[in-house]
Amino acid sequence: MEADTIAIDVRDAVKRYGTFTALERLSLAIQDNEFFTLLGPSGCGKTTLLRMIAGFEEVTEGEIYLFGREIDQLPPHARPVNTVFQNYALFPHMTVLENVMFGLEMKGRDRQEAQARAGQMLELVQLSGFAGRKPAQLSGGQQQRVALARALAPEPRVLLLDEPLSALDLKLRQAMRSELKSIQRETGITFIFVTHDQEEALTMSDRIAVMSAGRLQQLGDARDIYERPHNTFVADFIGETNLFEAEVLAADPNGGVSCRLKNGLTVEARSERPCAMGDRVHLSLRPERLALVAADAGNGEWPGTVRETIFIGTDTQTVVALSGGLELTVRTQNARRDQAAPQVGDAVAVAGDPGAARVLED
Amino acid sequence: MAGGAPGGVEVRATTYAGVRNRLLAPSWIVLGTVVLAPVAMMLVYSFLTKEFRGGVIWQFSLEAYDQFFFDRGLFGDDPPRIEWTYIGIFWRSIWQAALATLLSLAIGFPTAYFIATRPANTRAIWLFLVTIPYWVNLLIRTVSMKFLLRDEGPLNNFLVGIGLLDTPLGIVNTNLAVQIGLFYSYLPFMVLPIYAAVERYNFALSEAAADLYASKWVTLRRVVIPAVRPGIIAGCILVFVPSLGAFLAPDLLGGAKNFMIGSLIEEQFKGSAGNWPFGAAASMVLLTMVLVILIFLARPNARAGQGRA
Repeated sequence: MEADTIAIDVRDAVKRYGTFTALERLSLAIQDNEFFTLLGPSGCGKTTLLRMIAGFEEVTEGEIYLFGREIDQLPPHARPVNTVFQNYALFPHMTVLENVMFGLEMKGRDRQEAQARAGQMLELVQLSGFAGRKPAQLSGGQQQRVALARALAPEPRVLLLDEPLSALDLKLRQAMRSELKSIQRETGITFIFVTHDQEEALTMSDRIAVMSAGRLQQLGDARDIYERPHNTFVADFIGETNLFEAEVLAADPNGGVSCRLKNGLTVEARSERPCAMGDRVHLSLRPERLALVAADAGNGEWPGTVRETIFIGTDTQTVVALSGGLELTVRTQNARRDQAAPQVGDAVAVAGDPGAARVLED
Repeated sequence: MAGGAPGGVEVRATTYAGVRNRLLAPSWIVLGTVVLAPVAMMLVYSFLTKEFRGGVIWQFSLEAYDQFFFDRGLFGDDPPRIEWTYIGIFWRSIWQAALATLLSLAIGFPTAYFIATRPANTRAIWLFLVTIPYWVNLLIRTVSMKFLLRDEGPLNNFLVGIGLLDTPLGIVNTNLAVQIGLFYSYLPFMVLPIYAAVERYNFALSEAAADLYASKWVTLRRVVIPAVRPGIIAGCILVFVPSLGAFLAPDLLGGAKNFMIGSLIEEQFKGSAGNWPFGAAASMVLLTMVLVILIFLARPNARAGQGRA
């Protein structure tokens, strides 16, 4: 890729508040036209990074480039990026139209042009009939759309979104996801989206940066970080998983690894990194890649007892107690009605499909 | 109630109204005795005839208002002309009060903004400092101000001492001295309501404005000030109204030439030289003016409030 197609280039950015380090030396290149998500639990530094790009926080060390131009020393109003704020921050004394026109006026567009453009933006977010209302007369979802229209109106090169959906209820949030995604495609603007909601991240993003404790944990597309998590944090934070400590018994050069769990069971796992006999590793097994089989099948399955079954609509989660105090969660689709649902206390066996178990890299 | 609500609901409603009235009674009594009754008394007095030793004769008369607005010559038989003396005093008072209000706003807004943006645990200290002068009686503070400003006072001694001036400024007994006195007396009334408004202000709005390419000044003008406007209006009313009726600062710092309404009214009720109906009439004119100004000031405020509802 050419350097000029990188929209935001964060180089060795550090943010400290006194002795507290909010962001540890982080580098990140975000492509033009990309729907890029910063994902992590609260306090992981994702919002800090977003605010550094917007200009609300100064960088302690490092640089931030926007299309090759260094912007980290510019005040917020001199950066050609716009933000959708978490609680929208709409100007309460202005009408919806005045809110959307604000950025255009500040950029020196004449009133008529600004009005026309603001009208288009309101059309884009389906609020054409609300131009004359005050923000307080709108619902949360409508306010959210106004905030989006206001931030898009000045045609920023990059749009920053700080947990924009977190204040909405579930149905609205799901509807807004696909709407945001299609607006991003339509406008061709680079979106940098901050969220703690992994489902939001997985469903909308081209690429996701998983962050924790001020560090970048993994960078990749949704499938990457879900199926090939680098470390225990990512494996645990994204989706649900069974994590085990294990010892490597044998490793072949193609990435096949034979491991032994603490309770003596052996697991065939896949590894992206070279392993040697005797290494202590972490294994991740996604619950949906495991299956319950008859207790006496006798071919590498792990015997156990059903401890708990949880019905969650499409799926059922079964917690199986293995020997040695280990527990394992198995997720099965309820559409498969070929076998009777196991009851608590039943003796069962758990089998995984090939590659279900992965060796984590940390 | 069309829904045919059981009687119990209505009983509860009337009981609630009864409780509310009983709880409000003390407020109504206080308001009635210290606000409404005195105003009503002044209104009645302003239409009575004056008694020469002070006090009133209970006989209806328009003379007080006539004297305020019209000049009928020394013997009272010339054709009436507009009497400019009192209108002039009123006019000067309004100017002085308006100027004191603007000055307080110019100094008070940045002060309030500064305090409201300090860390939460130090704000109380700043507010305490603002209110400290109020521990001393206004009369004493005004007299002290006169000592500070007079020709042999510390201010002039300092300015002459460092060679900035050859002769003292001669501030006392000028409009400027009155202005300084009013500004000093009522500044905290400007700071406190604006502080309360700025403290409630959502600073994310300033960030949003900066994000949308507004400079700091534009953000202040287009976003911060409109958002804290109720506080600014409250502060302006709290400074303007008492400044308009003030008599300590004009009396002590302004001398005889710089009479304001407050002094004019005060004179009418002092000793045997006074004229009670005239003082009452001047009070009524002042009250009417204040009401008109308040309604004018409160109107845009009320509109903003409706928009937010």
